[in-house]
Amino acid sequence: MKKAVKTIVFGMLFSGVCFASFANGAGEEFPVAPPPMTEGLFPCSNCHATMEVNRTKRVLKEEHTDIKLHHAETMRWCLDCHDAKNRDKLRLYNGDLINFTESYRLCGECHGPQYNDWKAGIHGKRTGYFMGPGKRTYHLCAHCHDPHQPKFKPIKPEPPPTKPKDS
Amino acid sequence: MPDKRYTRREFLRNASLTALGGLAIPLFSSCTKEEAEDFLQKHFREMTPEEKRQVIAKLEERYAQRYGRKFQISTQEAVPDTLWAYGLELSRCVGCRRCVYACVKENNHSRHDPQLQWIRVLRLKRGNLINLEDSEHYYNPDLVPEKGFIYLPVQCQQCQDPPCVKVCPVHATWQEPDGIVVVDYNWCIGCRYCIAACPYKGRVFNWAEPNIPREEINPSVHYLGNRPRMKCAVEKCTFCVQRVRQGRYPACVEACPTGTRKFGNLLDPNSEMRYIIDRKRVFRLKEDLGTEPKFYYFFEA
Amino acid sequence: MKKWQQTLNETWHFYKRTLTLVARGNNLYYAWCFFLLAIIAVGFLFYMRQHDLGLIATRMTDQVSWGLYIANFTYLVGAAAAAVLLVIPSYVYHFKPIKEIVVLGELFAASSIVMAILFVMVDLGRLDRFWHMLPGIGWMNFPQSLLAWDVLALNGYLFLNLLIPIYLLVKFYYRKEPNWKFILPFILISIPMAVAIHTVTAFLYNGLPARPFWNASILAPRFLASAFCSGPAIIIIIFQIIRKVSVRQIEIEDNALFKIAELIAYAMFLNLFLLSAEIFKEYYSQTVHIASFRYLFEGLHRHKELVPWIWSAMTMNVIAFFIFLIPQTRKRLTTLNLGCLLVIIGVWIEKGPGFVIPGFVPDPLGEIYEYFPNLLELMVSFGIWATGLLIFTFLMKVAIPIEAGEFSHVSYIESSFRRQEEDQAWRTGSFTKI
Repeated sequence: MKKAVKTIVFGMLFSGVCFASFANGAGEEFPVAPPPMTEGLFPCSNCHATMEVNRTKRVLKEEHTDIKLHHAETMRWCLDCHDAKNRDKLRLYNGDLINFTESYRLCGECHGPQYNDWKAGIHGKRTGYFMGPGKRTYHLCAHCHDPHQPKFKPIKPEPPPTKPKDS
Repeated sequence: MPDKRYTRREFLRNASLTALGGLAIPLFSSCTKEEAEDFLQKHFREMTPEEKRQVIAKLEERYAQRYGRKFQISTQEAVPDTLWAYGLELSRCVGCRRCVYACVKENNHSRHDPQLQWIRVLRLKRGNLINLEDSEHYYNPDLVPEKGFIYLPVQCQQCQDPPCVKVCPVHATWQEPDGIVVVDYNWCIGCRYCIAACPYKGRVFNWAEPNIPREEINPSVHYLGNRPRMKCAVEKCTFCVQRVRQGRYPACVEACPTGTRKFGNLLDPNSEMRYIIDRKRVFRLKEDLGTEPKFYYFFEA
Repeated sequence: MKKWQQTLNETWHFYKRTLTLVARGNNLYYAWCFFLLAIIAVGFLFYMRQHDLGLIATRMTDQVSWGLYIANFTYLVGAAAAAVLLVIPSYVYHFKPIKEIVVLGELFAASSIVMAILFVMVDLGRLDRFWHMLPGIGWMNFPQSLLAWDVLALNGYLFLNLLIPIYLLVKFYYRKEPNWKFILPFILISIPMAVAIHTVTAFLYNGLPARPFWNASILAPRFLASAFCSGPAIIIIIFQIIRKVSVRQIEIEDNALFKIAELIAYAMFLNLFLLSAEIFKEYYSQTVHIASFRYLFEGLHRHKELVPWIWSAMTMNVIAFFIFLIPQTRKRLTTLNLGCLLVIIGVWIEKGPGFVIPGFVPDPLGEIYEYFPNLLELMVSFGIWATGLLIFTFLMKVAIPIEAGEFSHVSYIESSFRRQEEDQAWRTGSFTKI
């Protein structure tokens, strides 16, 4: 009897974990392009492995001064997404650590509808082959949206068509 | 005396025949060598596979001579069980026109005299969507998007009931089984009835021999798609038939920096287009005309 | 078989004799022919340039893809349809004054159709691919494409309007009674054919949902009404010229002209009424589709190019209507001719540029391009009009002497008999001065 109960409880826990990870899309694989990292910065642990962790919310003065955080900055700051101890990884709400190649899971925690659309291919961009054996590449969220300043900046348009003669 | 009457009659007869012949010579001699070679070419749909091979070989040689590149000219038929459709998310288009020029490059358009573009991006004031009379085609600000405006790209809508196919007097344009409306450029007589019939200005005309810079030519072409055209034939967006029949996204889909453009197979329930139609609020341009376009616009915000 | 051979021989002989008729004339005739040939030559040279460069040599664009050529085509098909207004009074009602000139009217219709076909041919981008449209040889999109119907209808009507007059003329030349059982069905068919050619031309515009300016059911009746104004007006003027210029006095009674003018009055009333109906519908309902009307009558977004043209056309049409309505002005030749000129020009503007261009403005995506023909298009158009006039002149040069009875096989036999006697005299040396 005890063994049966144990199996059932364990089974439920196990399936719960499975379903939980399903909810997070951890089981799915998306053929993403490499994340758009700034040249020379990755792996972050090159510097951060030996540095002290300062959890005070502040504007950085010595390094990463080119990053202006404009993404719910009143509610969060760097270490809410970047794991404090392992800077080579990103941090989900429940504390799970994920690679930069899976950053969509982190974005998807707040931006649910866009995440669902992105998984179906409606949001964001895909290139390559959508059918057959050819390779298809998904673009990560970070490829289009700068995670620190996600709002699109205006760009210069291509030239208009030439007006029809003498018009 | 009797000879004079006969010779006058004969003289008149000979003179008029010479004049007629003289008129015909400049007309015939002004035809280029290519026009003379292609004169008796059959309609693409009536060609046997052997004839198609001959035509392809002739074209490959001609393009190699003119552009100095080896062309791959495909005549791939429609993939079974496919019906291609396009999706465009209007909330994301910023009017940058990258799609226009990606299409120009991919599909070997004439760059100038005349300048041909298959995609046209319209700028509309917010609060107005359907009355295209107030659209601006030639907007050229420093940065897009501009405040207070939305952008509406329009190209051939690949209608299921195409008015252009109905009116063509020689069957030069038809709808392929995978839903793409194509043109046999060598069969078109240049009457421009289809341009008058299209409600979306999807079709454009080669008013002169196209000018394509040699270094920008795209050598992987389809006979019915982006092969270099000739003067006085009609052309239009073909959903990049040379790409989609091999399962690749069209050039404009890949070029868009904001992910506005979507493409998929309506007959595949897992495709992106079916997802959009099932979940988003889609509409099509000028639906009241009954053309059943396969170009779905939708909004997120 | 022998009868067919004889008919063929007779027709060939007739044809050879007509060549002599065409080649000889007075100085005015030669001057007129050379004037027309000069215009044709210039037009042809300009067309060669268009043939080399492509249609970019015109001012048509993707926005306004049909221009002066198709405008002229529409007008000329209407003018050709007007021959029916002569056929009905003469063959159905046996109205004698018109019966004498109906053959000339049919030949006018034939020349008109030739001009219309030439205008389509110069408008085609690839004339060398013309054979794609021939049924049986190419692949004609019949019955879906209205252009295919138009090709068949126009060529059928051309065939009828050449067969009937030539048959009657040849029979009259040989002083033989025409076989009415053979020719009358063709004549009667040409009546609905005349209505058909212009209806088909109207339908080819009408069937396009993309162009709301044309997609109106009233288009076919409007076309017929304006055709029955302009065609007969041209016929009236041409017949007066023929009456004056032909050395042999051809009997064209004033009564015939006045009767035709009366028909023009009815047609013009219908034309104006249908136009008012369209204007009411657009201006009262005020939908988006009023844009083309606005462009034509008021100007749209500061584009006003066609406005002075259409208002002068309207003025001319209304004045002409009153001229034709009031019997005093209708039955006086000076005012009649003024009315005819006003109708010809007014309807040309209304049906040509005033119809084809606004269909393209604004274009389906709302763009406005103001089209105006350039020198090349004008010269080619003049060349084609000159070709039609030259063909008509030659046809008249043959038909009038036959109709007047002066050119016939009998006179040929007599004159050739006389010639044989002269030749005999030459050979035997017994030629004496006459």
